[in-house]
Order: sequence, then C-alpha cells, then structure tokens
Amino acid sequence: MNIGNFPFVVAALLVVLGLYALLFKRNLIKIVIGISLIETGVNLFLVMAGYRTGGMAPIYTLAPTPIRDMVLPTPQALTLTSIVIGLATTALLLSFAVFIHRHYGTLDIQEIKELNG
Amino acid sequence: MNALLVHAPVLLVAVPLLGAFAVPILGKLGRGVRDAFIGLIIAVTAALAGWLAADFFAGGAVPFVYQLGGQSTGIPLLSGGIPIRILLEIDGLSAFMALITALITLTGAFFSFSYWKNRSGGTLYFSLFLLLTAGIFGMQLTGDLFNFFVFLEITSIAACGLIGFRVWLRRSQEAGFKVMTLYTLSGLFVLLAIGLLYSEYGGLNMGYLAGVLGTGVLDKVALGLLLTGLAMKAGAVPLHMWAPDAYGEAPAPMSAVLVANSQASLYAVFRIVFTLFGATVSAASLGWILIVLALLTIFVGVTMALIQSDIKRLIAYGAVSQIGYMLLGVGVGLAVSGHAALPDYGLVAIQGGLFHMLNDAACVGLLFFASGAVIRAAGTRNLNQMGGLAHHMKWTTVFFVIGAFALAGVPPFNGFASKFLIYEASFQLSPFLSIIAILSSILLLAVFVKVFQAAFLGPRPAQPVAEAPVGMLIPMAVLAAVVIAFGLFPGFFVDHIVTPAAKALWDGPAAYITTVVGLGG
Amino acid sequence: MNGLQSGFGAWNPIAWTLLFLGILVLALFVRSRGRRDYKRGTGQTKVFLSGNEEPEERGGLHVRADNLYWGMVDGLSGYYRRVRALHTGVLSDYVAWFIGALALMFVILVLVG
Repeated sequence: MNIGNFPFVVAALLVVLGLYALLFKRNLIKIVIGISLIETGVNLFLVMAGYRTGGMAPIYTLAPTPIRDMVLPTPQALTLTSIVIGLATTALLLSFAVFIHRHYGTLDIQEIKELNG
Repeated sequence: MNALLVHAPVLLVAVPLLGAFAVPILGKLGRGVRDAFIGLIIAVTAALAGWLAADFFAGGAVPFVYQLGGQSTGIPLLSGGIPIRILLEIDGLSAFMALITALITLTGAFFSFSYWKNRSGGTLYFSLFLLLTAGIFGMQLTGDLFNFFVFLEITSIAACGLIGFRVWLRRSQEAGFKVMTLYTLSGLFVLLAIGLLYSEYGGLNMGYLAGVLGTGVLDKVALGLLLTGLAMKAGAVPLHMWAPDAYGEAPAPMSAVLVANSQASLYAVFRIVFTLFGATVSAASLGWILIVLALLTIFVGVTMALIQSDIKRLIAYGAVSQIGYMLLGVGVGLAVSGHAALPDYGLVAIQGGLFHMLNDAACVGLLFFASGAVIRAAGTRNLNQMGGLAHHMKWTTVFFVIGAFALAGVPPFNGFASKFLIYEASFQLSPFLSIIAILSSILLLAVFVKVFQAAFLGPRPAQPVAEAPVGMLIPMAVLAAVVIAFGLFPGFFVDHIVTPAAKALWDGPAAYITTVVGLGG
Repeated sequence: MNGLQSGFGAWNPIAWTLLFLGILVLALFVRSRGRRDYKRGTGQTKVFLSGNEEPEERGGLHVRADNLYWGMVDGLSGYYRRVRALHTGVLSDYVAWFIGALALMFVILVLVG
C-alpha cells in the first residue's frame, strides 16, 4: 500500500460521503451539500491524476535551468472548468430549494413528492 | 460562401451561443426586435445544420475533423500521437443527430414565439433556449471527451433552468430540483470516468482513446460509469423517473426540445459503446444489457402512460417508452456485431433504431405542441376535466391524430417505417423481443385513443374555445409534413441519411480513429 | 426506390396508400348503391339499444379519461399496484435506483463480460 495513493483514497472517501448525504439525508440543503462533496471528490481525483512525483508547477517563465519534472497542466485546466460548472450547478440547485421552501413550506425531501406515480 | 461551410461545425455551436448572450441586451429594445433577432439566429443555425448535413451526405459521408484553432482546421495537430487541440468530428451519426436537433429547435422556437405572445418574461426564456441549443449541438458534434462533458453540463443547467422557469408553479420547482440533482450526479460520474481514462492513457480525444483502450478493470469501471450516467440522462428504465416530471412540468415547446436533449444523451451512449469501446468490449454482453434496458423501458413506459390523468405526463411516459425502441434497435445491432459472420439484420436493426430517433423526435414534438394548444384552450391539464375540443379546434385535432398514429406505428406514417425495421430485425435475434415491441405499440395506440377521447371527443364545451393561434399551428404543420413525408418516402431517407449513420456504428471505430490519428501531422 | 427492404420483408407505403384509397373508393361505391328513400327523424333512423329507451341526457354524457380503460387497468392491478408504488416521487429513491443500477452494471461488466 503505497503512501502516494493516499489522495486517491481521500477522493474516493469524499465521493462516498457525498453519496451518503445524497441518499440518507432528508433536508434539501444537505442534499445539495452532498452533491458539492461529490464534486469536491471528483475534482481532487482530477488534480491528482496529473501529479508527477517531485514535479514542479508547469510554468516555463523563470523556471530553474535544468528543468525538473513538471506536473501535467491539462488536469488543472479540467479541474478549473469543473469547479466553475459546480458553481453554476450549486447556485441553480439552491435557488430551486428557496422556491420549493416558498411553495411547499418545508425542506424535507420525503414531503416533496407531489409528482409521483 | 464556402468558408461558411468549412466552418459550419463550430458555427453551429457559436451562433446560438452568441444569440443566447445577446438576447437579454436586445430584449431591452422591444419585443419585435428581440423576436426578429431570435428568429434570425435560429433560422441561420438550422440552415447551417441542413447545409452541413446535405453536403456531408451528398459527398459520400466521409468523416472529417474540424480543429479549433491552429493553422488549418482540417488537419489535427498531434504530439506523440495524441491530438492536443479540441476536435469536432463529423461522421454519419453526428450529421444525422444535428439534423434532428435543427428540426426540433427550429419548430420549438417558432412555437415559443406564439406561446409567449401575451406574457412577459420571454426574453430570459429564449436566452436559455438558445443556450440549450448550443449545448445540444456541441454534444453531438464534438470529438473530445472533456468538451463533451462541458456541453453536457451546459445542457443540464439550461434544461433545468427552463423546466423550473415558471417559478409561480409549485410543481415545476420540485421537478427542476429533482432533475438538476440527477443530471448533476450523472454528469459527475461521467467526469469521474473521463478522469479515469485520462489518467490511464493521457489523452482526451475520442478517436485517440478508441485506438488505445484496453480491457482492464479500470476501463470497464469507466465504461460502467459512462454508460449508466448517460443512460440515465437518456431516460432508460429504471433510471427514468425524472423524465415524466421534467417533460410534464416544462413549458410545452420546451418538452419537445428536452426530448431532443435526451436523444443527444442516447447518441452519446451509442458513440461510447460502439466507437470508444468498440474494439475492446464484449459486444454480446453489452448488447444484451442494452436490450434488457430497452425491453424494460418499452413496457414500463407504455403501461405507466395508460394510468396518467395529466396530459403532458402521459405523453412524457410515451416518449420514455419510445427511447426504448431506439435502444432495442441499436442493442440488437450491438449484440450481433460480435459474431464472426456478421448477419445482415444487425445493420437493419441499427437503421431502425436510428430512423426511429428522427421519427420519434418529430412525432413527440408534434404531440407536445398539440398538448400545449389543448392546455391553453381547455384551461386545465387534467384529462378528466376536458372534453369536446374537436368541435372548435379542428386543425389541432388533425395534427394530434397524425402525431398519435405515427408514434404508435400505424401505417403509412413514419413511425411504422422505423418500427417495421426494428420488429423484423429483433425477431431474427429472438421472437420475444419483437412480441414485446409490437404489443407495446398497440398499447401506445390505446393510450392515445384515451387522450383523443377525453380531450377532443364529447359534447361541446360550455364556453366556446378558440382554435390555436396560427403561430402555434404552423410549427405543428411543419412537423406533420415531416411525419407524412418520411412516412410516404422512407426508402429515400433511409438510404441517404440513415444508412450512413448506421454504417458509422456498424462498421466499427476504424474510420473514426483514422480520421483523427491517421491524418495528423 | 421509395420502399423499405428489411432483408426479410418489404414495405412500400405508396402501394399501401393506393390500396387503402382503392378500398375506400370501393366502400363508398357500395354505400352509394344503398336506398335513398328513407325518412330522417322517424323510427327508421333511431338508434337500437336492445329495445331500451335512448336516454334524454345524451348530450352531457362523456366517459371520463380515467374510466375509459378501467377493465384493463383492473386486470393488471397487481402489476400496477407494485410498479406505481415504486414511482414514489422522492428524490432519494431516484438516486438509490441510480446507484443500484450502477452497482449492477459494475458487477456485469467486471465479473461477466
């Protein structure tokens, strides 16, 4: 069990915790937090996918002259995109939660089931 | 003019995107200016899509790439064999899906004009509508997995914004929240799979990955994540439960475009299963997974439709059931594509499945538009409280009957043509498949007879209702014309449009891969 | 050219439409050979309901949508009771279906194929 695998374990743990919150919590806000946890886990996994042991930041300007290993920049771009998408998603989910509270008077997911059958 | 055709793939995404961000500004200048601008944007997009598809199919359906940036758009830049820019790849299936999207968004936009005629707030609706259009075109034309994820999320956000647009209705907020949660969850699992594939192989381009994918456990995990996430967005049972909420609560023109959105996710399932994992996965087991999903979807969709009392929820369950037919056709094709001696009926099955995508988009669009007109006239969505609308709304009745018969597979409409191919081909694999498919078609006819009897037949209503406005009738007429044209001349359309798309799947990923990796410099 | 070949059968919608129109014309021809000397509004055109009287309120009678297929829904009531109960409308159940299907997909893909 390589200690270098620890971040991947943490990422998987975050995803599992987020799924737990999504499945077993009844408050709408906690469900949104669960989705946010899953996003965090996936983003952490993406950043770790680019890491190279002993690597430095992938910037060429003012780099030390014998250039060491650099970490991959592409996953960092992917993660930035994903964080921004997560922002938009969370904003939309929370605004829906506000309107649901206004209409239904409750934030309990077990009570909000008018669309069934 | 030729420059427009060369850049058509990226313009199909860029023009609606420009429209989406310009509409709120132009909306300040007045309703007429806004409507004219939106009509122009949608017309230009649809014309570009039609021109691209016509040029592509007339030229022998040779797949080509479009590179974003760089010196030449036709030749991808490779670095160590990996394409390093975002590529849009147009092959038979992408061009076919772009045609479907263009038809549905064009008619949906013009129906929306008359839908918002006497109400305020339409500006932001159209902005989200154009964003959704850009996202759907992007999903269908892209050749890069992460770009696909970005467009997937764009469509999720825009679609959920439109589902919950009418914030004064309590059910639409509930539907918006549920659908957004599920779309985000599936998008995150798709991103996890993309991250897995990237960390294994170092590339994100679909053509490149198709060439280097192996059969390890991680690859299968990635396939499972991608397949389940995208099958949920497409609406396969047992992951379909958001679909009646979404299609039922969205405004009437949006329901049709949401069906196009689900079909784009179904396109992604086909692209991943046939092209990305085409060379490595066991075709028989994956094909039978798709077939089982398809049978469940067909049967549960249509039986749940029979007991609904809300007209839009009923048509939504019908739409879910038709997704099953597309899965059945392509699943049968996949299940037999692994045999050593390729039987002919595999190609026929895929042709049937893909042709049904086009037919279903037109028919379900027509039905949702007609239901929008019916709800506006009757003032209620409950089928138990309507009646006698055929006395005053003759054109809407005719269009509804055409859409219902076509979707249920009654000759001579286009639904029968595609279902004929699916029945014949799936019978060759196993008679049980075609028995379930035919029985469900008959049940769907029963479901629409119920709607017709409840809404249109019966004594005259107490207050006379007006016929649907001309702005609503014209998009319905366009879709009805498409339904009749594709029904009376199926051979022409299948030979020229559907067969290149089906061959793009049936012949395997070789052509797709060499277009990206083989030509690069 | 305008027909579909499926390898095992053929479908030509133009031929079908012409046949349909031909049969329609035949049916109209047979109808036109009927007698025209009947009197409307008398007992000759009254609806026969097995000897029962036609109800006066016929103008307001309209079978409601949910009652139209009650026999079929009643016959499948065991299926409907279970399947309709599965469509709970609660978001957590939707996510549970998704995770369950994901787990099943992993089992099938990794262990079997």
